Amino acid sequence: MSETATLKIWRGADRNSGSWELHEVPFEPGQSVLDGLRWIRVHRDPTLAIRFSCINANACKECMMELDGETVYACTARLEPREMTLAPLANKKLVRDLVTEIAPPAERLAIKGS
Amino acid sequence: MSTEPMRVETDVLVIGSGAAGMYAAIEAARAGCHVLLIDRSLIGRGGATVMAQMTVAVALGAEAPDHWSHHLHDTLAAGRGLCNEALAQLLCEQGPECISEMDRWGVGWARKNGKITSAFAPGHDRPRCVYVDFLNTGPAVSKTLRTAVHKIAGIERKGDLCVVDLIKADGEVTGAVAWHAGSGAPVTIAAKATIVATGGLTRLYRRNSASANMGGDGYALCLRAGAPLIDMEFVQFFPIGHLAPRLIGMDPIMWDPFRYKLGGRLLNNKMEEFTQSYGVAEGGKYVITRDVGTYAILKEVEAGRGSPHGGVYLSFQHCPGPALREAFGPVIDRLAANGIDLTKTPVEVAPIAHYHMGGVAADARMHTEVPGLLVAGEAVGGANGANRLSGNAITEALVFGREAGRSAAERAKQMRAAPVTQNAGRATTDLITADAPKNVRNSAEMVQTLQETMADDVGPLRTEPGLKRALSRIDELARDLGERPFGDAGAFDLTRLDWFDLRNMLTVARAVTQAALLRTESRGAHQREDFPGMLPEWHVNQTIRLNGGRTEISRTPAAGAVAAQ
Ligand SMILES: Cc1cc2nc3c(=O)[nH]c(=O)nc-3n(C[C@H](O)[C@H](O)[C@H](O)COP(=O)(O)OP(=O)(O)OC[C@H]3O[C@@H](n4cnc5c(N)ncnc54)[C@H](O)[C@@H]3O)c2cc1C
Ligand code: FES
Repeated sequence: MSETATLKIWRGADRNSGSWELHEVPFEPGQSVLDGLRWIRVHRDPTLAIRFSCINANACKECMMELDGETVYACTARLEPREMTLAPLANKKLVRDLVTEIAPPAERLAIKGS
Repeated sequence: MSTEPMRVETDVLVIGSGAAGMYAAIEAARAGCHVLLIDRSLIGRGGATVMAQMTVAVALGAEAPDHWSHHLHDTLAAGRGLCNEALAQLLCEQGPECISEMDRWGVGWARKNGKITSAFAPGHDRPRCVYVDFLNTGPAVSKTLRTAVHKIAGIERKGDLCVVDLIKADGEVTGAVAWHAGSGAPVTIAAKATIVATGGLTRLYRRNSASANMGGDGYALCLRAGAPLIDMEFVQFFPIGHLAPRLIGMDPIMWDPFRYKLGGRLLNNKMEEFTQSYGVAEGGKYVITRDVGTYAILKEVEAGRGSPHGGVYLSFQHCPGPALREAFGPVIDRLAANGIDLTKTPVEVAPIAHYHMGGVAADARMHTEVPGLLVAGEAVGGANGANRLSGNAITEALVFGREAGRSAAERAKQMRAAPVTQNAGRATTDLITADAPKNVRNSAEMVQTLQETMADDVGPLRTEPGLKRALSRIDELARDLGERPFGDAGAFDLTRLDWFDLRNMLTVARAVTQAALLRTESRGAHQREDFPGMLPEWHVNQTIRLNGGRTEISRTPAAGAVAAQ
């Protein structure tokens, strides 16, 4: 029987009205948490918001999120065949789901109402 | 949300903040212009530059004699007669200046006895490639340029802005419309000169070394704005991309530096070297060029002599542990964390989409055919012809970026005010805020389907039936994509971003496939199984234009046609 990992993911655009969602993803040794999240987008729900560029290289440093309460890079954190809880960074402004505002303030465009 | 989109003005708009975009911004600001440097990702992080790990080719002559004309000779030879010689010369001639300026800015090129040292890479006639240890060239280049950008007055930087279309008025490009990821809102940018420095297209393929931002946006943006593309059939595959075991925290092209320093052996599943059967005996060194290496590996797999995951083995088992440690320091520990001990086991490697030789047609001042629109870096087509030499891409990004910055500043200074774009771009801002159609296909699955199609049928080895199959799949995807974006107009809606990406990716995929179908010969990175061998009548460049939504392809004799015969 093939193993799975269960990702418990925080979803929402507002800290006060978000919800938790459970997704089972196929597990293969050596995979990253980002692999699991990208699998969900392709096979279950493309609206899941995640921020990443380099996928493998750990060069862009954009994929930071909280895994079981600890800050990790999703592309280097290993997927494990158990329940793993994923939440947006607690100390950054929330954008959507697992995405937070991480750019230096001078490099953000100020848009009215956002 | 207010109905009027946010509008900003600048002298020079630079789209993309890789090496090309950042150098362009620096140069335009040095010439006294106000520059707006934007990126769909964070500034200086989202592209290929920050991921590059090893070599930068330049005839510096610091350690041993060299001259840019030797570098040019090798570049033209690798390009199999198709290089735009003016662009190739610019790259080789100005490379030393840019590399020296990077050195003064503190990039930290590796040195031996106080002199900048160079590694040997396949296709170069002598050691010509500078680097930053260990596997740190790209991050160091990116960081150095980011710091230089910060220090120079006049450069405003904004991330999370994905350009959806260029704006045109009276036949000239007058700026761009972007989707702001952080809010989902459209932003209109008016500029006296616009530089597209958006990098390459390798995200079109299933296995690639790219970031998620390399879907070829710039090619599609320029094509829609009326600027032609050239040499689109020439996608470079990197022969020894990492295949197995699964490796995280490292880029899949990471084995190249190991081969530069230590040679290494390519083996089939009988644990025998095989490249000699394809005309190149390596003898423990790294001499095989990218096009030949890719061909040899794919043919070996096809003959049933591949490794379990469909590639071949790369082995460093003959290298003593201390030699590996000396060459790669902490990288050996990162491999160990992934369960890889090179002294005990080989790894599996296979060709992977890596770089695009084709791109937007430009002159040696980086102007496209459309006034107001310039290009820089990997977005430019032609400097490398049918095959690029190792290390030429970063040099190209730096040199072309600097030149584009200069040319854009000259133009901007001749113009009084930023062109008025009151209603220009309206069609795009409407698109960005449009309501989604109902019952749409999964956008992320569509991207994956396109990547599979391109890998299966428009990869390194091509045939007419395969290319035609790809074209019909591309048409099918375009039908499913439709005319209105998926998703909502809110913040960070990835389905909406996927829709804009697919709009570009399908346009670019079609350009690559159509050009590949027409070229009935094999040359450099374009290998037709049904037309093996290079033909004199194909010493031509193919130019692609968009005419009322249809692509048109024409041929012009290549400058190098005579030289290559
Ligand atoms: C893993 C890897 C290793 C490499 N190693 C080497 C090497 O050792 N030596 C070498 O010479 N070359 C190497 N290359 C190739 C080289 O890195 C690239 O060709 C070069 O860095 C391209 O620079 P650029 O500035 O043109 O584009 P990039 O650095 O790719 O930057 C393009 C930027 O444009 C942004 N962008 C794209 N579309 C949009 C849009 N619509 N709106 C706004 N912004 C947008 C992207 O987010 C990105 O930040 C490597 C490439 C890869 C992927
Ligand atoms: S995706 Fe780039 S660091 Fe994780």
